[in-house]
Amino acid sequence: MRKISLDKLNQLFSKIAETQTLYMPVDTKTGARYEKWEEGKELSDALNTVRSAKDFFFPQTENLMDFKMEGKNIEIIDTRNEAEDFVIFGVRACDVKSFEILDRVFLADPADSYYENRRNHGTIVSMACTRPVETCFCQTFDIDAASPEGDVVCHKTDDALYLEAKSDKGEALLNSLNDVTEDTDGSAVDEQVKTVHERMSRLPLASLSADAFGADKTKEFFDRPEWAELSQSCLGCGTCTFVCPTCQCYDIKDFNTGHGVKRFRCWDSCMYSNFTKMSAGQPRLTQVERFRQRFMHKLVYYPTNNDGLFSCVGCGRCLSKCPIQMNIVKVMKKLGGKSND
Amino acid sequence: MQEIKREILINKAKDLLADGTVDRVLGWKAGEFDYDVTPAVFNSADEIEGDFVWNGFCGANFSKYLVKETLKGDGKVLVFLKPCDTYSFNQLLTEHRFDREKVYAVGVPCNGMVDVNKIKEETDSVVSIDFDGGNTVVHTLYDGDLSLPTEKLLSERCVNCKSKKHVAYDELLGEDGEVCDSGRFDEVARLEKMTPDERFEFWQNELSRCIRCNACRDVCPACTCEKCVFDNPESPVENKAPANSFEEKMFHIIRAFHVVGRCTDCGECSRVCPQHIPLHLLNRKFIKDIDELYGEYQAGSVLGNRAPIVDYKLDDAEPSEAVERGDENA
Ligand code: SF4
Ligand code: SF4
Ligand code: SF4
Ligand code: SF4
Repeated sequence: MRKISLDKLNQLFSKIAETQTLYMPVDTKTGARYEKWEEGKELSDALNTVRSAKDFFFPQTENLMDFKMEGKNIEIIDTRNEAEDFVIFGVRACDVKSFEILDRVFLADPADSYYENRRNHGTIVSMACTRPVETCFCQTFDIDAASPEGDVVCHKTDDALYLEAKSDKGEALLNSLNDVTEDTDGSAVDEQVKTVHERMSRLPLASLSADAFGADKTKEFFDRPEWAELSQSCLGCGTCTFVCPTCQCYDIKDFNTGHGVKRFRCWDSCMYSNFTKMSAGQPRLTQVERFRQRFMHKLVYYPTNNDGLFSCVGCGRCLSKCPIQMNIVKVMKKLGGKSND
Repeated sequence: MQEIKREILINKAKDLLADGTVDRVLGWKAGEFDYDVTPAVFNSADEIEGDFVWNGFCGANFSKYLVKETLKGDGKVLVFLKPCDTYSFNQLLTEHRFDREKVYAVGVPCNGMVDVNKIKEETDSVVSIDFDGGNTVVHTLYDGDLSLPTEKLLSERCVNCKSKKHVAYDELLGEDGEVCDSGRFDEVARLEKMTPDERFEFWQNELSRCIRCNACRDVCPACTCEKCVFDNPESPVENKAPANSFEEKMFHIIRAFHVVGRCTDCGECSRVCPQHIPLHLLNRKFIKDIDELYGEYQAGSVLGNRAPIVDYKLDDAEPSEAVERGDENA
């Protein structure tokens, strides 16, 4: 394990930025967000960025290709640019886990090469949490906020940052930082992990369980009458899906620029009235069905297709961002596995 | 103004259910942490007793919910309206968006609603909250109990409350207030003083954060089109995300134009925006311009009012006046 004192963090960042683009959460007056690091920018201590870290691999809009029409010819213009090496610094345990959930979708055969390229070029430096808050429930999904996954895992104490490599990519990054870091044992980290575990056990949502949900439970939950009540005031705005680190739906659109066509993809949301609309219409006619789709996907459909893995990581973003304060925790508590009859 | 207690609201709701005046109640439902209340329909006295909340977080404006709710069933729905909500209520009625006969409206006096984000500037965790006189007591995980003056935590629209007077109701709980002398146009005036470049920069910075979730539109009581032009696949502007930075701004500017003269300045758009974009400033700019060009006009203040924009008077401002004003600011 390596260590650097907090007052030297800047040296660490500028060393990384010498060879790769470095992104990290910084505080802004409207919440923390990932920004490209440059001299003077400070790492935020916030737990969640407003937008999740999925943006790095699966951006909200992405130009896929351009077309130019001349007479009867169509020229296809390659616009791809996912070849830059980058480091995302300070990703929390929940967001790191979200990458695995996205990987299973985008890297399944045939792999989505836009996503795959970014994934290959990105190194993830995660940051253990020390002050989990009331909206955190990562432990419901067996995620350990005190010991995240990632290529490099960091622990920040009052005076130092501890770094440990967990993959070849992480090893390579840490080796390149040997000049500014020093060797250390992990005792300070062990101490902190213990404190954080104790804090986790006292969180208001600590006892929330997902056991009732999971693979092959479609029949049990699909027709539950509670969906109507749960969804009754949902605006269908899709905020929950856009801030969610694991939501993965997109649409592909052509934008007529007047002198050509930009084919781009952008996030879509099952909360929208035109989601997966087909010539026969929208398969989910009312907000009840659209709302149900979101939570069934997180808690039942995704696990059914992915060895029981849930596609919520308990980051709590939908808890703090939904305009009507409806969210997956309320859904889980309401449905909680009670049977229909 | 007297403080209205939860008991008064739930007793009113239970009475109106019991005597058959209404068969359901639109109210705020308890969540996990006191601040996360959800709009909900209550069907029985038991449900009301259990989960009905009236506290400093009941900001949601129910007027728009009436558009859909009044289409369900034959009975009346009871709705509780804060003063600002009654303007939206009137405006929707003026636009014939719901059947007045299907609603029983009870006005509730309001001292302002708290913005939980302001609490979160003081502490990172909020487990529960009590209101104690003029203070908000926040129980946290790591900072102990914090007692904060509620006045300092009010949401922007409540700091700049335009009216404590209810302009529509069947029945009023407590005493009515007055139209307020608010500073709600101060920030607009500040923006007007900027150079066009500075102003562009200001809005570019704000609107570039937009994730196009459309929460602002979906919550807006002036946005009740059956099919929004931005959701219509037949329209060239239908996009789920802006294709470029021009589109980012276009959505908001078009939306602001679409609600001119109908926006009551209820503040819901800014309240719900996950990116904290001060959308109310766009709408207030239009309101301020209308006030200055056509004389003071408050949408929703009088049932059936015609907004200057859709009305014609001989002495209406000429388009050239707007251009001249623009030149002055340039
Ligand atoms: S569903 Fe909510 S809590 Fe779960 S990962 Fe998505 S935003 Fe986070
Ligand atoms: S179906 Fe809905 S919940 Fe599932 S990934 Fe897509 S947008 Fe998210
Ligand atoms: S659950 Fe909330 S955030 Fe999600 S679409 Fe409905 S109102 Fe919007
Ligand atoms: S609510 Fe905010 S982020 Fe969402 S579309 Fe409106 S301005 Fe954009």
